[in-house]
Amino acid sequence: MKAVEIHNIYKSYKEVKALSGINLQVKKGELFGLIGPDGAGKTSLIRILATLLYPDEGQASIFGWDTIDEFREIRKIAGYMPGRFSLYQDLSVEENLNFYASIFGTTIKENYHLIKDIYQQIEPFKKRLAGRLSGGMKQKLALSCALIHKPDILFLDEPTTGVDAVSRKEFWEILKSLEQVGITIIVSTPYMDEAELCDRVALMQQGRLLDVDTPANIIGKYDHDLYAVESKTLHRLIKDLRTFDKTTSAFPFGDTVHLATNETFRRQELDKFLSGKGHENITIKPIEPGIEDCFMNLMRRQNDQ
Amino acid sequence: MRTIGFLIQKEFIQIFRNKTLLPLIFAVPILQLVILVNAATLEMKKIDMTVVDKDMTSTSRQLIQKFDGSPFYQVDKARFSVKNAEADLKDNTADIVIHIPHGFEDDLLDEKEADVQFLINAINNTAAGLINAYTTSIISDYNNKILAEQIGKKFELPVEINYRYFFNTQLDYNIYMLPGILVILVTIIGMFLTALNIVREKELGTIEQLNVTPIKKYQFIIGKMLPFMVIALFELAFGLVIGHLFFNLPMEGSYAVLFLFTLVYLLVALGFGLFLSAISNSQQQVMFVMFFFMLTFILMSGIFTPTESMPEWAQTVNVINPFAYFMKVIRMIILKGSGLADIRHEIYSMLIYALIILSLAIWRYRKVA
Repeated sequence: MKAVEIHNIYKSYKEVKALSGINLQVKKGELFGLIGPDGAGKTSLIRILATLLYPDEGQASIFGWDTIDEFREIRKIAGYMPGRFSLYQDLSVEENLNFYASIFGTTIKENYHLIKDIYQQIEPFKKRLAGRLSGGMKQKLALSCALIHKPDILFLDEPTTGVDAVSRKEFWEILKSLEQVGITIIVSTPYMDEAELCDRVALMQQGRLLDVDTPANIIGKYDHDLYAVESKTLHRLIKDLRTFDKTTSAFPFGDTVHLATNETFRRQELDKFLSGKGHENITIKPIEPGIEDCFMNLMRRQNDQ
Repeated sequence: MRTIGFLIQKEFIQIFRNKTLLPLIFAVPILQLVILVNAATLEMKKIDMTVVDKDMTSTSRQLIQKFDGSPFYQVDKARFSVKNAEADLKDNTADIVIHIPHGFEDDLLDEKEADVQFLINAINNTAAGLINAYTTSIISDYNNKILAEQIGKKFELPVEINYRYFFNTQLDYNIYMLPGILVILVTIIGMFLTALNIVREKELGTIEQLNVTPIKKYQFIIGKMLPFMVIALFELAFGLVIGHLFFNLPMEGSYAVLFLFTLVYLLVALGFGLFLSAISNSQQQVMFVMFFFMLTFILMSGIFTPTESMPEWAQTVNVINPFAYFMKVIRMIILKGSGLADIRHEIYSMLIYALIILSLAIWRYRKVA
């Protein structure tokens, strides 16, 4: 049995189509990533799976339980961590954890082994009110609360958004260790670099799935040559590169522009073209594609259709 | 059962930690009772009177003396013309003007009949009515005295009316007002706290986290209602203690009956709060809607004016006004000593009302969007 099965789900909010025809399966024990920019429909999908939202059409099930008819069963076995901190700010760390443990009919002691690594980091502050914690600590507390009833599946909605780089790294290490315990994890994130930490990912854009595969396979399917191009004037560089007749696409990546192409050309050719446009300090080097390059490529293709 | 216990425990921790709410729970009853009971009174204690005495005789002075001697009147100005006296009415330094025309004494002795004119400031019609009633009673008293003098012996009316007021023998306004204020107090605390609490959970998103737990609807609702019911009942007890200590509030009926009815009433009041919170998304919305209902309900409840004197349609509207029921019942129990049998219709009505409003609230409160 699959951990998650999603059949042809549609959801719209008045005019806006949040999800249009999502089909997806997640295996038991997988660390599965929903990757996409803001507004891709990640939150809607997670809320449907967490039984907080009805789809307009289609059907989803968690470990065989239907998200609409058998939501009670799902609520017993699922842990959910919304994107926004949703614990009681006027209760202390310990009180929050105790409250959620008791609501699920368990105790902190009983499942302490599961949250030990995370909770130990915030335990020195257990008498502090949750509202007074730092962002990273809030997130660890939220994860502890979502885990305290030993869920079979965990839904995490953008857990690393607005969290510093160190905490993000730590958080993903925690997720990896939870995977070892056998918990199926569905995590959404707008950060493409986090995709490579998942077993499998679904790339989402405007309520559709662009591709679902392992990060390695997604990168393997990339069918262009890719160059990182730099010059002194980044903004103009993108514009000019897009006018280059052998360019398939050009997108900014930090200080460089990633240039994708189907045709082979010599670097001098491009160098000459850019010099002709008045660019200085030009560097051009071939690079391996990342998930973000693949995402851009898939997105462009979908838009072309 | 245990789940409900944990929910209630959580609510109480939050309430006792709330630095604004906790003092309010104690301060509001004291302030409302002490201030409102004393302020919202219909007794006229000091009526400012301007005198225009054109007769200037011992008889006219005797009449003025009658007013001056009364604890309700303060005769503080004398004018020579009605016009000047009217100016006092206009700048609010006089509530009433007594105008005794020239020849008052002579007319009274010769014709056995004389005229006196009163001008009353009727900006506040209730006050004007009261002043009129007081004045009339002083004049009739004066009439009796003159008649007795003329006949030469103590005069007695063939039919004399002696009043005895039942249930509030002294016509003490305080003990009429106080139960009414208690009703408002208990309702505000119960209804507002419940509604605001749930909407706050919506605003902060904490309800989302609660929704994905196996908590059942009824557990959630009971967990939200019970703490505020306890607080509201505490407020009633607290208010009654203040009433007994400072206002000589009697208690003719039984506390058990009063608290039993309050409990049933709170199901309605809190159900109302629950329903409003179920259909609102922000504290602002809830406050606004609730304020509208509260104001209308309080004014129509009979706290100041008897509901019996309202137009028929208003009395019909009062069927859905929970305040009106409680206002009536609390006075019946405290002042009249009514028992369960006397208020059984109100209890039935409240139970039906509670059933309807709570069903509505539970129906509107959904765990999924």
